[in-house]
Amino acid sequence: MKKILVPVKRVPDYETKIKVKPDGSGIQTDGIKWIVNPFDEIAVEEAVRLKEKLGEVEITVVSIGPSDSTEQIRTGLAMGADKGVLVLSEAEIDSDTAARTLEQVFKKEQFDLVLMGKQAIDSDANQTGQLLAASLGLPQATFASKLNVADDWSTAEVTREVDGGLETLKVSLPAVVTTDLRLNEPRYPSLPGIVKAKKKPLEEISISELGVDLTSKVKILKVAPPADRKAGIIVDSVDQLVDKLKNEAKVL
Amino acid sequence: MLLVLIEQNGSKLGKAGRIAISAALSAKETHGYESVVGVLLGGSGTAEAAKEASKYGLDKIVYLEDPSLANYLAGTYSSILIDAANNLEAKAVMSLSGTTGKDMMPRVAQALDAGQSSDTLEFLPNRQYRRPMYAGNVIADIELTTERQVVTVRSTAFDAAVEQGECPVENLDLKVESDSQQQFVSFDSVDSERPELTEAEAVVSGGRALKSEENFKEYIEPLADKLGAAIGASRAAVDSGYAPNDWQVGQTGKVVAPNLYIAIGISGAIQHLAGMKDSKTIVAINKDAEAPIFEIADYGLVADLFDVLPELTEKL
Ligand SMILES: Cc1cc2nc3c(=O)[nH]c(=O)nc-3n(C[C@H](O)[C@H](O)[C@H](O)COP(=O)(O)OP(=O)(O)OC[C@H]3O[C@@H](n4cnc5c(N)ncnc54)[C@H](O)[C@@H]3O)c2cc1C
Repeated sequence: MKKILVPVKRVPDYETKIKVKPDGSGIQTDGIKWIVNPFDEIAVEEAVRLKEKLGEVEITVVSIGPSDSTEQIRTGLAMGADKGVLVLSEAEIDSDTAARTLEQVFKKEQFDLVLMGKQAIDSDANQTGQLLAASLGLPQATFASKLNVADDWSTAEVTREVDGGLETLKVSLPAVVTTDLRLNEPRYPSLPGIVKAKKKPLEEISISELGVDLTSKVKILKVAPPADRKAGIIVDSVDQLVDKLKNEAKVL
Repeated sequence: MLLVLIEQNGSKLGKAGRIAISAALSAKETHGYESVVGVLLGGSGTAEAAKEASKYGLDKIVYLEDPSLANYLAGTYSSILIDAANNLEAKAVMSLSGTTGKDMMPRVAQALDAGQSSDTLEFLPNRQYRRPMYAGNVIADIELTTERQVVTVRSTAFDAAVEQGECPVENLDLKVESDSQQQFVSFDSVDSERPELTEAEAVVSGGRALKSEENFKEYIEPLADKLGAAIGASRAAVDSGYAPNDWQVGQTGKVVAPNLYIAIGISGAIQHLAGMKDSKTIVAINKDAEAPIFEIADYGLVADLFDVLPELTEKL
């Protein structure tokens, strides 16, 4: 039995217009719809496809966060993952703490592959997968748009979306692979999938039980909205547009 | 001391390299490092690029030229950078936040037990950093609580360095140990005569409305040629195969801030705006007057792109 670990993060829906609290202490969370970080959803989908193709695979989805994160774990289970782990933490988790927590989860039962999102769309840090690979001494292949696992699970070939084109790497397994947008199109959980997900095992552990030091390396001091950009004008013809670009904006 | 990774372009320094230098100089001033050392890693031509990099106001350049470094690998590159940081007793390590920096810098942070500020926009006093979150809808001031610090910087937030003085250039006295866990297989590059997207003065971007790769060629390319512009694309256009991934502008693609950005058949989703809203002049062409792209465009033209693009290209 091969084992895949897929971390999923609870984040605000990507269509939400995020607003900052007036005192700059954080974002306004009232009325926000919470989803699985889209890149993590792609990671779940890829794991499920590997299971469908290669059989004998057990997929564990893990989330670190408040108890509400069970919703995101259930989504992963409904998509086809086998079991869930919730690492309970009420404290804000930064990339480094997340990576050190995942390190402990990994060490508890050893996995053959970690598939995770390249970035979380809330903090936009793009660090956790690489931090985890480094701390476990595993190879990494980030920004994957194609993943081929060898039949014997000794290696994987990964195509990566990088500046300038597409790079293909071969990594030994176990490895940490982070997903980019083109890897796949995640399925919607089916109704039977959702029903089944409710019966799948979901273990809860507290982050302190795992022995994770919660000292954060990154402290957010204050947040603010970005500088406003004012709407300009609507021109009524190509001629007027060319004239404005030449004589007003002076960019031609 | 601050150690900055300079990504050269073959044997040339390139604009990205000059931006990395100017960001490092800005950190030196604001965060009070006594010196900045630039480091270049790569295959043939690296020594030459290192020589060029020594003319932009840094205190020292070190480089490692080795055939095994011709193709970037996270494991190999990060272990050299970690060794260099330790040997030279760097307090901070920095790079641009292109895909190389994003890929390797967290490994450096892990090894140095450092906190990392990703995609940094500005260095603030008291060793604080300003960086975007939530697709640029939130700008955060952060502090790294660690003794050593790792930083990636957004290239559009800094001007390229200008020539000033010259500093010593040294060969890095380190052995390259190739990583047995990661093996380079191939690179499929997007060849283009056009300027690099993140460095261009003008960018013409196409969205889902283009409907095909052929239409990108027929409608977007002539306009870009006329302007000497780079070509960008929305995620929808890349997902649909109309444009290569290297062209994606946005939260999870490239961030650009040219003098002129023309968005054609792009609706203006938050994720796209995150990658272009700092452009100086923004033009939007869209047949839907309600498209959100018009809320940030300086000049909007409500029209069918297939009708107006040939005319626009001709009249420029
Ligand atoms: C995790 C995540 C990350 C993302 N990252 C990015 C990113 O980095 N970059 C990015 O761009 N997007 C990103 N997106 C996607 C983003 O949310 C939008 O879906 C995408 O930008 C839409 O692309 P579009 O504007 O080309 O397509 P659409 O939203 O479909 O817009 C097409 C527009 O073309 C107009 N149109 C149609 N026909 C014509 C015509 N003949 N002439 C003129 N106008 C016409 C329509 O009115 C419409 O406004 C991301 C999404 C997620 C979930």
